[in-house]
Amino acid sequence: MSVAAQAPPASPEGPPPHGPVAIPDFEIVPRKGLIIVAVAAVAVIAAIASNKLWPLEFLHVAGGAAWTIIDLFLGLVLGPIMGSMSVPARIEFTTKLMPKMVLIMPTVVTMTLAAGWELGVQTGNLLSASPNHGWVVASFIVVGVMAVIALGLLEPANIAVLVELKKKRPNPQVIERLMKRFMYSAGILGAMQIATLVIMTKIAS
Amino acid sequence: MEERKLPPVTQVGMTSLALIVAGGIYLSAHLPEHVPLGPAVALLAASALLMAGNLASLARVPGFAWRRFFEIGRWALLAYVVTAGMIEYVFLHNHLSGGPLIVLTLSLVVFAVHVPMLIAFTVARYYEPAEGAAAAE
Repeated sequence: MSVAAQAPPASPEGPPPHGPVAIPDFEIVPRKGLIIVAVAAVAVIAAIASNKLWPLEFLHVAGGAAWTIIDLFLGLVLGPIMGSMSVPARIEFTTKLMPKMVLIMPTVVTMTLAAGWELGVQTGNLLSASPNHGWVVASFIVVGVMAVIALGLLEPANIAVLVELKKKRPNPQVIERLMKRFMYSAGILGAMQIATLVIMTKIAS
Repeated sequence: MEERKLPPVTQVGMTSLALIVAGGIYLSAHLPEHVPLGPAVALLAASALLMAGNLASLARVPGFAWRRFFEIGRWALLAYVVTAGMIEYVFLHNHLSGGPLIVLTLSLVVFAVHVPMLIAFTVARYYEPAEGAAAAE
């Protein structure tokens, strides 16, 4: 089933207005994806319980790489592209991208942080005597700021835009506003990920 | 778009989260060595107060789409309880105990309640009460 939204009025300089936009059917939380999320959660718990370095390093590096690349790509590449798309194309893209983001981001973030903390314990980097301690604390601060932006702005906007698109008569202005909030937040997070890359490569070298 | 007058739930929520995160960073930066709990307790108390204030101010909004709020909120709560549970597991696995464990656990409780509240608020604010009730049916 698909519903239709009235396109927002175009600005004087902008492209001509569109007619009602068809919204394809979609799941806000893709149920099949929950299986992958459960597998990732079990893998993290098993890695922590195993007290072995390799599984922790694998999950931290794999999760961290995914988190960093997605934030950078979304904020600095995909965001500006989406902003220049036509309204129907943007809505179709949103209904395909955003439900996946609902599952992917919390999963990779939890995986990276939980495995990363345990890795810090195992390698001794959390101890204040460690030469890397200052960098580890710096990474806490960067991740902390990113967490506040992601949890307070990005994640609520992600869910709200999908729920709005599920309405019988979605409000295009609400969608526009929430998508802007999502993309600006993603852009800030993308820029902050550069700091994460600097810190993590410093700790690893 | 006509905007309803609503309390600054998102701004207060983000401040509350920032305080919790600051407390968590403070404790994490000192663990596993002895850490004075005063600053972390103060940050936690301030964060919890902001959360309570946020809930109270939202409760006074006339005609808020509460059904929609709770419908979204309960699923978000489930997701964030799982996340908080995994973080708590890491603390317990590393034999964290005493005051730091209590402060960090309570911080996780604030986190696991406040984030779903922000998600549910962001969704419900764009619903008329009647619309929210119909959507929940």
